[in-house]
Amino acid sequence: MNYDQLLAPAAKAMRPSGIRKFFDLAAEMPHCISLGVGEPDFKTPWAIRDAGIRSLEQGRTRYTANAGLAELRAEICRYLARRFELDYQPDQVVVTVGGSEAIDLTIRALVAPGDEVIIPEPCFVCYAPITQLTGGVPVPVVTRAEDEFRLTPEALKAAITPRTKLLVLPYPNNPTGGVMGQADLEAIAAVLRDTNVMVLSDEIYAELTYGLDRHVSIASLPGMAERTVVVNGFSKAYAMTGWRLGYAAGPKPLIKVLTKIHQSCIMSAPTTSQYAAITALRSCDEAIETMRDEYNRRRRYVVKALNEMGLACFEPRGAFYVFPSIQISGLSSEEFCEKLLYQKEVAIVPGDAFGACGEGYARISYAYSVDHLQTAMARMRDFLRENGWT
Amino acid sequence: MEQLLRILETNARLPLEDIAVMLDTTPEAVAKMLDEAAAKGYIHGYSALIDWERAGVNVVEAVIELHVSPRKSRGFDEVASAIAAFDEVDSVLLMSGSYDLQVIIKGHSFQEIALFVAKRLSPLDDVLSTATSFVLRTYKRGGRLFQAEEIDERECTVL
Repeated sequence: MNYDQLLAPAAKAMRPSGIRKFFDLAAEMPHCISLGVGEPDFKTPWAIRDAGIRSLEQGRTRYTANAGLAELRAEICRYLARRFELDYQPDQVVVTVGGSEAIDLTIRALVAPGDEVIIPEPCFVCYAPITQLTGGVPVPVVTRAEDEFRLTPEALKAAITPRTKLLVLPYPNNPTGGVMGQADLEAIAAVLRDTNVMVLSDEIYAELTYGLDRHVSIASLPGMAERTVVVNGFSKAYAMTGWRLGYAAGPKPLIKVLTKIHQSCIMSAPTTSQYAAITALRSCDEAIETMRDEYNRRRRYVVKALNEMGLACFEPRGAFYVFPSIQISGLSSEEFCEKLLYQKEVAIVPGDAFGACGEGYARISYAYSVDHLQTAMARMRDFLRENGWT
Repeated sequence: MEQLLRILETNARLPLEDIAVMLDTTPEAVAKMLDEAAAKGYIHGYSALIDWERAGVNVVEAVIELHVSPRKSRGFDEVASAIAAFDEVDSVLLMSGSYDLQVIIKGHSFQEIALFVAKRLSPLDDVLSTATSFVLRTYKRGGRLFQAEEIDERECTVL
């Protein structure tokens, strides 16, 4: 069988993650300190696990309604109103298998072959491949350290063409930790209001914002709810990555179509996870705050340590990543990370894995204990010194 | 102050500057808080969490449950203080439930501890009865796993 000829060209063309072999290598080093993960180190709070366990004991093991349990969708709406001043009705919400599926559904529902999708980079690597798989054209837009990796209205305007269908707005951002404040979003909204460009606002890190200002969703700005699909979920805020639960909220006609696709491909999101999520939304606001405070302490620690050792980074106000510049070494991101791995057994992710403009940077996750971070920072300090860069 | 105490409880050897940055304040402010904590007795001391078994040093630990007859006016304080005064006693806790005081003792052998209980603890006027158990193995102490390293199972599969 000639599989190469049989496979669909779009599927073949999907770029696999270039980082896989790097981390396979790191996994084989017994004393390797990894700073590469993209999920919380916390376990799901017990109350949530307990709710999931109880639902299994009660035999709640069948499909739910396609769009998700009515009770869950109602709680999601209450949550979005309470935390982000968003006003959605339960029929404007579809519960999905992680925020990932919500992203996939949104792109597949909106992007026709040839449609352009604007993607600010550096960013999470799924948007471009999904766009390509759908026959769309990813249009990367550079964001810069000077702007704290925010999408500027100028860059957005320059990227919009008559074929632009969708803007992906992934903030708080993976890998940079950048956030868009009220004013920044206003500037973007001002550019979009005169167009037919839709927005996919990936807000999975919305609860992890630091500093005085809480996360603002672009959908809460005037004239934006009708052109935005908000994607969020339970993975990062409640440490429920493995439960695979997220949701999309948006205009009813869009959510209907997302639900239609979801119905055919997935049927319904995991039932156990849905019951657990109801408890999460009802009783775990405090748990979020506790985890967030802990991330915050680590964030401050890591940012200071990196800046002091010569790896300049702005202060990220979201997610749990730091995106320092590795340019004092004069090496490429990949070379730097490889050398660091071999010489000091510390694994960090080269910035260009997240987009061409990530070259010269590296992503460091602080979803680790302070002890772990301390050791890693010490090794990195030695690494820079021993190579004569500080 | 509470945040500082929580940080120190986990890791008392963090440099002042690091603690300061985690609490979003200055090293001077942290130093001041530490002085205050010491003066007011919030922090009674700093000690390392030692795994003596792993270090190959012989340390035997016993947990003793005591029934005591509390004094009319002073309750348990007097007998608890008397017991706490012994150097061999590591901790004295007043407990709710089926017994009154929990005493932890460290020594070099089972015999040494048993003799201590028999000769020094039981004879105390207010001690009605003692029940001694010896620690056979420490799995977790002070929030740290002693036996197995917590393995980080997370995979770097998702970017």
